Amino acid sequence: MATSSRPFSIERMPGFSLLALTCFFALYMPLAPLVVYSFNAGDNIALWEGLSLRWYVAAWENDLVQSAAIRSVVVAVIASVVATSLATMVALGTTRTRPYRGQTSIYAMVNQPLMVPEIVTAVALLIFFALIKESTGYHGYAYLISAHTAFCIPFAYLPIRARLEGMDRVLETAAADLYATPWRSFTRVTLPLLLPGILAGAMLAFVISLDDVVITEFVKSAGQDTLPTYMLGQLRRTITPEINAISTVLLGVSVVMVTIIFFLSRKKA
Amino acid sequence: MSAEQDSSTESFESLEAHAYQLEVRRNLLLSTPALIVLFCAASGPLLIMLVFSFLTPGDYGGIKWQFSTEAWFQVAFYRDIFDETVSIADAHLSIFWRSVKLSFLTTLVAFVLGFPTAYFIATRSPETRNLWLFLVTIPFWTNLLIRTFAILEIIRNQGLVNNVLIALGVIDQPLDMLYTDIAILLGMTYVYIPLMILPIYASMERFDFQLVEAAYDLYATRWRVLVRVIVPLVKPGVIAGSILVFVPSLGAYVTPRVLGGGKHLMIGNLIELQFGQGRNWPLGAALSLSLLVIVMVALIFYVRSAQKEGGAHGH
Amino acid sequence: MKLMFKAVLSSLMLVFSGIAIAAGELNLYNWGNYTSPELIEKFEKETGIKVTITDYDSNETALAKVRAGGHGFDLAVPSHSHLPIWISEGLIANPRVDQMSNFKNVAEEWRNPDWDPGRQYSAPWQWGSVGVMVDTSVYDGDINTFGIILDPPEELIGKINVAPEMNDVISSALLYLGGEACSGDKELLKKARDKLVEAKPKWKSMDYGVIEKFAGRDLAASLYWNGAAFRARLKNPDVRYGYPKEGYSLWADAVVLLKDARNVEEAKTFMNFIMTPENAGLMSAFARYANSIVGSEKYMPEDMATAPEVVVPQEFIGAGKFYPTCSPEVQKIYAAIWTELLK
Repeated sequence: MATSSRPFSIERMPGFSLLALTCFFALYMPLAPLVVYSFNAGDNIALWEGLSLRWYVAAWENDLVQSAAIRSVVVAVIASVVATSLATMVALGTTRTRPYRGQTSIYAMVNQPLMVPEIVTAVALLIFFALIKESTGYHGYAYLISAHTAFCIPFAYLPIRARLEGMDRVLETAAADLYATPWRSFTRVTLPLLLPGILAGAMLAFVISLDDVVITEFVKSAGQDTLPTYMLGQLRRTITPEINAISTVLLGVSVVMVTIIFFLSRKKA
Repeated sequence: MSAEQDSSTESFESLEAHAYQLEVRRNLLLSTPALIVLFCAASGPLLIMLVFSFLTPGDYGGIKWQFSTEAWFQVAFYRDIFDETVSIADAHLSIFWRSVKLSFLTTLVAFVLGFPTAYFIATRSPETRNLWLFLVTIPFWTNLLIRTFAILEIIRNQGLVNNVLIALGVIDQPLDMLYTDIAILLGMTYVYIPLMILPIYASMERFDFQLVEAAYDLYATRWRVLVRVIVPLVKPGVIAGSILVFVPSLGAYVTPRVLGGGKHLMIGNLIELQFGQGRNWPLGAALSLSLLVIVMVALIFYVRSAQKEGGAHGH
Repeated sequence: MKLMFKAVLSSLMLVFSGIAIAAGELNLYNWGNYTSPELIEKFEKETGIKVTITDYDSNETALAKVRAGGHGFDLAVPSHSHLPIWISEGLIANPRVDQMSNFKNVAEEWRNPDWDPGRQYSAPWQWGSVGVMVDTSVYDGDINTFGIILDPPEELIGKINVAPEMNDVISSALLYLGGEACSGDKELLKKARDKLVEAKPKWKSMDYGVIEKFAGRDLAASLYWNGAAFRARLKNPDVRYGYPKEGYSLWADAVVLLKDARNVEEAKTFMNFIMTPENAGLMSAFARYANSIVGSEKYMPEDMATAPEVVVPQEFIGAGKFYPTCSPEVQKIYAAIWTELLK
């Protein structure tokens, strides 16, 4: 270590930071053309014809695309919150426990939505939900939200489970020894320890729901287009930079939100 | 005296059994709500597909209520449309093999990039960790299709990557990346990498660096510390991450179609074809159920063996 | 916090409000980016009926959804090839389009199409063709043939795109080989397969996004629809659209009234509405395809009313034909050829 001028740090892994920063760079690089083309004067997403705010104006005036964008976000928020709560419960019920009958089946069932291509679930849901729609006459959002919740569950479950597996029971046992009720020990000990897993799971569930296209296409009722299905419909015709404009606005919103959360949490800390 | 002892061990055993029963009941209770949602909006409706796979295709999509095992036959065997000879369905096999190969490579690249990234995030100060984590997911607030088109824009001949490489003098001819397997691999890695980073991060956060310190005290090299101490401890995260990348990329649909130029089918496209223009729903159902069984068996096997291997770190 | 709550609540209400059940509403199920917003605005203003548009991306998706039931749509816009299926499966009602007041504006040749004899079921929307687009600065030979794609001249090899549409691609190969689309002749189908397998290595891609690639000169030829060829020419003046002399297929989309529609009167009002020259002109001006209404050219942009991609030149009219969707037996062979081609 004599050659190294830096003090020896046990956390440092040579090259890791470089790889990580490369990875972040790669994640953001494709956003550059995406944002740039949102200011395109032409009507194409890959052919630059000069600077203009035309597509922001178009998106602003287009109720269809606006409500589709808001609808996407709202559905994703509800589905990811519900899916993450349910996934946390299953993770607690299937991890760090003595083996019991049915454990493998639960594991298999929770992960099943990952394993069939979306189109298959989509067609199955189309037929199943159509029966319910016809017999009840209800055409609301419950179908879309429950479908999204279901396929989000494994995406939330796996990170939470991974976190839980790495936690030992020492602290919880200690809490129990100090006469904490199970609920108290859960909210005061288990939950805070589990939080990074829950946060990771919730984020994954959110972006997965936000991006879903095939299942939404088959489950949506009249007037329930989300941004991805709105865009899918354009695939065979022209995709205009209007979508880039909306995506850029969504990016902006997410950046603002993250910044606010960051400063709020700093104030607390 | 001895009788008393007997009864006390007995009651201890029954107490133990009772505690176990309580634990199982608690576990089942905790799992029930999710299972209900999954049954109503995922696995349950899939039973429809099981039924469909044993029916006859409808003339214009859909099905006819007529029992047939033809679809299952077609999964593995190919009846020549012209001379009726039967052979192994090599088209299906090669499509399946391509998909497995690409998904495996995607998982590998995602791990090689994702692990250091997760490590990087986990070793930031506690206040900034969540910020870094958000930074991983922010690009995914945009639409999948538009993101894929952005990648296309970057790797095409006149695109960003080639222009930069040429300007730097690394290459003098643009690399022909568009519409190749490399393009699909890049695109799929891009789409799925958060699914690798986040679970690894989740199991790595609050990693106990005393263990690493202990290893260094024993004169372990950095590489050995990484392979022998850190990786085994975050194994649950690595398992979760590789499942979340590998399995969905097997059925990937949009990325291969846009970046691969659509000249080759992947499993996802093959199955989609049956429900779309192919008008053969039973075959689509049988293909997807075959896929489901193969992946499910492989998954359970993988998780079990991975856990056994890391048996020292039991729970 | 309170403000944020309010914002969330109001956006929730915006999203979840208005599922059309009440009178004065209309649910249109149409291809994405195909419905002119101005047309809808005009309709809403004139009639007071509120229109909700929902998108689909393929005939198969639309058929599957409508067949499953419980969809809540009133009108849909299937292609001519699928229309007879919709009729025979009892998915659509008969609103007697031929007796509507604006039917008089429908051009003579569109009053009695094969796929809807007597035109009782469907109001015309837009139509086009499947041909080849070529960058004539790269290749200046005869472009009115599918040979451009299937036996490409040297200059075009490696610069060809083919729209990833199973039916269009295989039917074009059959036409090129002297047959008819959806032909059941197995010898010919076999030849078509061999021809496609032989031609595929000479293609660059099978993709939808072509306009920007013609503009950037990444592509020099493509099997594609006429409307896109028109838009590509506006970006790259060397692009021409070829009408293959071996025969090419035409397509037409038409508005139909669904059997389980809940807003029948509003739907009929809409069908009648789109058959006036002005409204049909608006429709075409947006989507850039031709319509079937006499006198609508007056309401289209100048460049469109004379475009050879939109107005089929006299000498090529004869080769174009509307083909019905293939029989189930032929469709099975199509799917097998397609899988073989793309494995």
